[in-house]
Amino acid sequence: MALLLDVKSISKSFGGLKAVSDASLSVDEGKIVSLIGPNGAGKTTLFAIISGFLGADSGRVFLNNENITGMKPHRICDKGMVRTFQITQPFASLSTLENIMVGAYKNTSLKAKAKQKATEVAELVGMTHLLNTEANSLTVAGRKRLELARALATDPKLLLLDEVMAGLNPSEIDEIVNIIKIIRDSGVTIFLIEHVMKAVVNLSDYSYVLNDGVLIAHGTPKQIANDPLVIEAYLGQGAAKAMTKNTPTKAKASKTSKKGGKS
Amino acid sequence: MAISISRWVQMGLLVLAVVLPLAIQNNFYLDVLTIIFFTAYLGQSWNILGGYAGQFSFGGVMFFGTGAYASTILWTTYGIPPIYGVFVAILAGAIVGLIVGYASFRYGLRGSYFALITLAFAEMLRIIANSLEFTGGGVGIFLNFEPSIMNLQFINARGFYYLSLGMVVISIIIAMWLERSRFGAQLIAIRENEDAAEALGINVLRSKILAIMIMGGMGGAAGTFYAQKYLYLDPPIAYSIALSVEMLLVTIVGGMGTVFGPLVGSFVLHIVTEVAKHLIESPGLSLIVYGFILILIIAYLPNGLIGLFKGLSGKRGK
Repeated sequence: MALLLDVKSISKSFGGLKAVSDASLSVDEGKIVSLIGPNGAGKTTLFAIISGFLGADSGRVFLNNENITGMKPHRICDKGMVRTFQITQPFASLSTLENIMVGAYKNTSLKAKAKQKATEVAELVGMTHLLNTEANSLTVAGRKRLELARALATDPKLLLLDEVMAGLNPSEIDEIVNIIKIIRDSGVTIFLIEHVMKAVVNLSDYSYVLNDGVLIAHGTPKQIANDPLVIEAYLGQGAAKAMTKNTPTKAKASKTSKKGGKS
Repeated sequence: MAISISRWVQMGLLVLAVVLPLAIQNNFYLDVLTIIFFTAYLGQSWNILGGYAGQFSFGGVMFFGTGAYASTILWTTYGIPPIYGVFVAILAGAIVGLIVGYASFRYGLRGSYFALITLAFAEMLRIIANSLEFTGGGVGIFLNFEPSIMNLQFINARGFYYLSLGMVVISIIIAMWLERSRFGAQLIAIRENEDAAEALGINVLRSKILAIMIMGGMGGAAGTFYAQKYLYLDPPIAYSIALSVEMLLVTIVGGMGTVFGPLVGSFVLHIVTEVAKHLIESPGLSLIVYGFILILIIAYLPNGLIGLFKGLSGKRGK
């Protein structure tokens, strides 16, 4: 598997606060890789740096072996990496179709082609019946899908998804998990931030854990779920010790970390 | 594709506008219509940056004034006829747009900050024009009346009427092109959400600068038209704040980000002003009526008069 995204020693401070320190990670082509961590761990900051929305204090980002550090987001989108926003950013007064068409216009200047592409993408994410609905009046789940659809319409190689499942109910989560798998199978590599642990375990091929701006663990989701450092990050110091004493089973560990993740 | 009813109505109105001068011999009415078209044209130029791209400028007159000075000085000092000078005026307006656009958008100025910076640029240009020799300074420039196509001057009101009609038609064609082109969709995306637009691969800076350059070019041509019609130019006219306000008012009243908003707004506001002038004897009171109607429209029709039509026919805006 070829290396698609390579992040090298990224650090970023806001005043005295170190949001991300010396974070390095990589994403292989064709995989679903996740970035998890408690609230305020610096996940979104790291995403913003990778996608060009924020400058890093130090470190470099490579996409397809090309240094994209400091490039503007639209240039990075041209290179094939596109992000979605945790707090959805719809083009509020435009319809679902028009929203997705903005993404589709990335690769065509023809309205008819953009429309066709947008319709196809809408079908893939299950928004066909909402095509003429104004983005303003979509539900949270609808807006999350719209974020996904718009990004997908640009035909990316790598899709950065920032908490597309937050605020969804379990059946909506199942639907979007399926959609993400379909997208991955169509050849798009996915790097996602997620709080919903069940989805992370189900989806990811590989996971990174960020806590207080530091990557504290990485591995397959199962390895992660049993990593004492990770459990402590979510549940507090001494938690891992306490858990191994009382309930050493795997099932319990992943269940509690899910609770922690939602907080 | 079948031609829709609204398209027939538009064509009908255009034909009416073309044959109207044959029926109306009164120069006063033709002059009022000329001013309506002229303001609608300027409103449309404001609409491209303000209504579609969402960047409200408060100094739109800077392009108008610069264009007016460009073609006028070329004519009075160098003898180059305005029919060529107007292209220099368009270029001059676009260049001012490029400079102001780059200076403000490069540093992420938005909303009221951008509005204020455009106001500052317009005022700055007024002061510069006031203190320079070749603009005629505070005395201004008098233009000769030598009617000919080359000079874009006409013996009667009819010629200027047709010229202004041509300008408004061109401005509407530009807006129609925006509504169905990729560039237009990108401007609207920027208006709705700049970060999302950037994330989806839109070069936000470049698009905004292009939009202000189109506005600038259009404003420049309007400057030439004005100078050739009124034959006098001085800094307070060329860089008048009132004109900056008027071009945004007609657009807001008619409907921002719509093809026909500026034209509808210009019609309604001018006719209200004229009627009020006739009905109310005491001078100045007509302005109160004008202001009152403005308040009503802004308070109850946030999408402008076009929004009202769309609401009635149950159609959703573009």
